Amino acid sequence: MKKLINDPDDVVDEMLDGMVAAHPDRLRRLQDTQVVVRTDAPLEKVGVVSGGGSGHEPTHAGYIGDGMLDGAAAGDVFSSPTADEFEALIDACDGGEGVLAVVKNYEGDVMNFETAIELAEMEGVDVETVVVNDDVAVEDSLYTSGRRGVCGTVLVHKAAGAKAAEGADLADVQRVGQKVVDNVGTMGMALTSCVTPEKGEPTFDLGEDEIELGIGIHGEPGTERTGTMSADEVTDELTESVLADLDLDEGQEVLTIVNGMGGTPQMELFVVNRRLQALLSERGLDTWDAWVGDYMTSLDMAGCSITVCAVDDELKNLLGAPVDTPALTVR
Amino acid sequence: MSADGDAAVAAVERIAERIERERDHLTELDSAIGDADHGGNMARGWASAAETVRELDDPDPATVAKTTGRTLMSKVGGASGPLFGGSLVFASAELEGGLTPESAVGFAETYLAKVQDRGDASVGDGTMVDALVPLVHTFKKSIEVDDVPPVVALAKAVDAAERGAAFTVPIRAKRGRASYLGWRSVGHQDPGATSTLFILEALLETARDRLDVSVAPDLDATSPTVPDEGAAEE
Repeated sequence: MKKLINDPDDVVDEMLDGMVAAHPDRLRRLQDTQVVVRTDAPLEKVGVVSGGGSGHEPTHAGYIGDGMLDGAAAGDVFSSPTADEFEALIDACDGGEGVLAVVKNYEGDVMNFETAIELAEMEGVDVETVVVNDDVAVEDSLYTSGRRGVCGTVLVHKAAGAKAAEGADLADVQRVGQKVVDNVGTMGMALTSCVTPEKGEPTFDLGEDEIELGIGIHGEPGTERTGTMSADEVTDELTESVLADLDLDEGQEVLTIVNGMGGTPQMELFVVNRRLQALLSERGLDTWDAWVGDYMTSLDMAGCSITVCAVDDELKNLLGAPVDTPALTVR
Repeated sequence: MSADGDAAVAAVERIAERIERERDHLTELDSAIGDADHGGNMARGWASAAETVRELDDPDPATVAKTTGRTLMSKVGGASGPLFGGSLVFASAELEGGLTPESAVGFAETYLAKVQDRGDASVGDGTMVDALVPLVHTFKKSIEVDDVPPVVALAKAVDAAERGAAFTVPIRAKRGRASYLGWRSVGHQDPGATSTLFILEALLETARDRLDVSVAPDLDATSPTVPDEGAAEE
């Protein structure tokens, strides 16, 4: 499979350098690490940090900026950053008010972050954690026990980042991050497999006339492999699964995300969003905001995920607060 | 270099050699129930640790253990980095007052507690905890109750760890990567329990070398004097 890369071993390193070169006024890379932080970190507020394997761009470093993340650690493709990288990240983003670590629920990520947090705490840094597990598709999977953390993570970054920017204390920032986790659900699907730089060929075989429902963001198996379906049918399947999990009351306001997996034309994402909004309206749900784009990708996988997050006044204020990061702008 | 620091560096080098020798064996075990990277990841991590501790200037055992843990943490990757490396960093604090039979017990207990805590695993889950629990309990009992010399306690602990690692074969893994296979994990020895055993065996070999004695596990202790301890007191 053709790839626009040099050496697979250098992909993450070269990507990070290129990302910083594109945003030198906002991003700074910590020397000898794969950690990227705000140029002005640490600030005198609660630091909000995240991180995980690479290959999900613009997650995570794309969300660094005022009102969102203070920094992010990038692991190798689909592998957790090591504990010392997380430790360097926490250290660089602690301005004395403590740090919130947003962790996607994968065993490697959780264990490495936990180790880093314990080490940081020994140095006197207050750290709280929010573990994101918004994927409603599967309980246990290839990389995790419990549900996986996927696109809903971006909303956790946004809400916690906005709260921290208001000057809230660590407990309060943690609370709103957890509030998003408690109110969000996501389900994804794939039309094609992703191709990792190292392997250079599809991670899994999906026939010309097959799709995978409930797919993870590393190409891990989902809930069902089925024949091709129309955009409307796929949207219905994903949305019904998410809504069944969230169990919302009629009239509930929601934020929705139609997220591209990396290899999906915007045209198709908008087609999905059209059906999603019609379906929500049929269900008596009230869309407060609808995001469409590539937020949490899986390299070059074709497919999408649908995220629904129930919002109240507090979450609307936080998720709607202005932010200007390389990957997300809210005005 | 203090005798204990010297021994600690020698132990890390010996472990690195052993893991390198078992690299393919560990990878083979991991291919059956995981993602076939345990041998390579561990060999890379321990080789780097041996190189790093060799460069330390007059280190004590605590520094050697901490440096080794830090290196493993950054080089091994995945869940093994925090489990093998992170646990070692935290346990190393127990050795800060010097290496004695008592501090060695504290070290072993803290290491076990960290692994269990991080991995959320208990005995019978088919993980390295199955090797570590009998290992640590046997070592502790041998030192505190049976009052045998440390090297004998270590030999008994190796025996216990071997039985613990073998215990992961017939049972179904409930934690860790192998647990995703469900019943298909039955019949395979856990790679982490196996590498834990190799690490301990290399520790025992180092201790025997240093003492220039060959100790059978069931040897009765008559001479409690161990040269290494004397050095630690100085």
